[in-house]
Amino acid sequence: MKSLKELEEIRKRTLENINLRKGREGYRIVVGMATCGIAAGARPVLTSIMDEVNKLDLKNVTVAQTGCIGACRFEPMVEVYSPDGEKVTYIKMNPEKAKAMVASHIKDGKVIDDYTMTVIDGKVIDPVSE
Amino acid sequence: MNFYRSQILICGGTGCQSSGSIELVNTLKKEFKKHGIENEIEIVVTGCFGLCELGPVVIVYPEGVFYSRVEVKDIPELVEEQFVKGRILKRLVYHESMDEDKVRSLTDVEFFKKQRRVALRNCGVINPECIDEYLAFDGYKALEKILFEMTPDDVIQIMKEAGLRGRGGAGFPVFMKWQFAKNAIGDEKYVVCNADEGDPGAFMDRSILEGDPHSVIEAMAIAGFAIGSNQGYIYVRAEYPIAVKRLCIAINQAKEYGILGKNIFGTDFSFDLDIRLGAGAFVCGEETALLNSVEGKRGTPRPKPPFPANKGLFAKPTILNNVETFANIPIIILKGPEWFAEIGTEKSHGTKVFALGGKTNNTGLVEIPMGTTLREIVYDIGGGIPNGKKFKAAQTGGPSGGCIPAEHLDTPIDYDSLQQIGSIMGSGGLIIMDEDNCMVDIARFFMDFIVDESCGKCTPCRVGTKRMLEMLERITQGKGEEGDIERLEHLAYEIRDASLCGLGQTAPNPVLSTIRYFRDEYEAHIRDKKCPAGVCQALLSYVILKDKCKACGICAKKCPVNCISGKPKTPYEIDQDQCIKCGTCMEACPFGAIIKA
Repeated sequence: MKSLKELEEIRKRTLENINLRKGREGYRIVVGMATCGIAAGARPVLTSIMDEVNKLDLKNVTVAQTGCIGACRFEPMVEVYSPDGEKVTYIKMNPEKAKAMVASHIKDGKVIDDYTMTVIDGKVIDPVSE
Repeated sequence: MNFYRSQILICGGTGCQSSGSIELVNTLKKEFKKHGIENEIEIVVTGCFGLCELGPVVIVYPEGVFYSRVEVKDIPELVEEQFVKGRILKRLVYHESMDEDKVRSLTDVEFFKKQRRVALRNCGVINPECIDEYLAFDGYKALEKILFEMTPDDVIQIMKEAGLRGRGGAGFPVFMKWQFAKNAIGDEKYVVCNADEGDPGAFMDRSILEGDPHSVIEAMAIAGFAIGSNQGYIYVRAEYPIAVKRLCIAINQAKEYGILGKNIFGTDFSFDLDIRLGAGAFVCGEETALLNSVEGKRGTPRPKPPFPANKGLFAKPTILNNVETFANIPIIILKGPEWFAEIGTEKSHGTKVFALGGKTNNTGLVEIPMGTTLREIVYDIGGGIPNGKKFKAAQTGGPSGGCIPAEHLDTPIDYDSLQQIGSIMGSGGLIIMDEDNCMVDIARFFMDFIVDESCGKCTPCRVGTKRMLEMLERITQGKGEEGDIERLEHLAYEIRDASLCGLGQTAPNPVLSTIRYFRDEYEAHIRDKKCPAGVCQALLSYVILKDKCKACGICAKKCPVNCISGKPKTPYEIDQDQCIKCGTCMEACPFGAIIKA
């Protein structure tokens, strides 16, 4: 026997899960999973992102994979599309960085600049933190 | 609940299961495991998407990629491309949904574009074996709403304002049935769901039960509240094993959650449901025969009146509604009667589900707003007639309905306009016929079905239909006589007027409507001993065209009864007395020199 309140909770929780089928409105995290990405370790990045999203119980997040973004030397790459359509590209990710990114960027809306590309005079400079 | 990055929806309707969707699920699980991604992707088995012909159908979200005709051998490649590398496997994508390398969303595909899914709203979207998913799509909210905010009279008033009419065929207004049953005096009342879908080729109700069983359960509880009943029965045929299984699961889940049973949601309303299995007799779709069958008696009709609303199941006030009718009810309560009344035509509100079959490019399950024309169904949704053939007629309503000829292609489909042109809405079987179909043979087929299915209780139906069948058989065998058409018509009216139940009263419809629109075909069979469509075997002969025959002798070699003879350089000939009309020679001839005449 479930109370009306419990039913409402089930409704909410399931809808969150089912929403994939409707297209979510919140953040969309895309991991480059072409041969280059996988070779550089994109899979653990992807799974740790999913774990963290799950752990922090974040709503309205889609985690998807994509093909080669074209900058293979920066793989594993993760791109985050915010609800207003803005895109942030994180490069040379690993599971720990991915976790930190989810906690900071997706949860609190704070982009971790250290992990993003740095462009000086049109040239992409590798991030220092390794 | 786990967090998944992707969901793969696989159709688990009867159509797709028989083309192997369950093996797909098993193979998918294995492949996911092999790649170590089994915790990232959720496999969801859903109800029917409607495109059974292209089954098994698979949809991948969040991308919404629509794959058709997926086989077990495709799975490793599909998993590798779609789920490991994130690339769409183009060769399996449903061709119409690809537009210059861009995948179009499912709703933009021609087949779905003109459809409007009300009764089928959850079919192919939710997992029918999971009550949580039904809840997530506002499931059981309508029940909650009426229990806390409305009186039984309010609910009946909503049905009246919505103008919902029975989807089983006759189109009787739902609110009237409910009102009669509510007003009827009785210590106990019953709600019965008619899921005895018997028309050849129709499978709307099966798909709803398989794809969205909870919507029917919820609607039955709503009906129970409206008329003051605490017990419902779903009468479903045992030939629908998947539907029965999912219904059982759904009823158990609802009981577990306290949505069925005593004091629902803590109110003083109690409602319980049981399933009764039918053995698949067509007559048990007739309401009084169905009630007899539920009671455990022989499935034969009772005279009316008394009507079921006053004296139905176990002689208590009872309402009977069809599966599709019930499936419409929760959403009407939630969205309001005005919303529903706006869909469709003036006198027929809402949508109707059809099982589109026969000679169209796309066959399957379609739900259209009332008032859509037959032309739109055949050419836009159905994708036209295959092989460049011409549309000849559409058959609606199965053995109780009639045919609609090409001149009425632009008739808007609703209860009244179909009746005007001599057919009925029926439960939703829609069979499209082209120039290769013989209308006399179609009438004979349906009469044959009726003769098998007549319960035998009343003479007009038991004997009359048999006599009609004999006449039709004579005509198709070239033994028809002048006056046969008139005799058929005379007998048809007698059966229609004198039969006890709906089965007999409507049994002559296919014959009457084919005579009405294709009298010349009947006359050709009777007077000229010809079957214009080349279907009736006894009336056709295969002949070799002398000027086209190259005397190669292939036909003679292929003929199974050795009735073709000839010599090199002279045209071959068929011995008509010995020919068994199998058509093998016509298929074998490389020069198209053999024709049906």
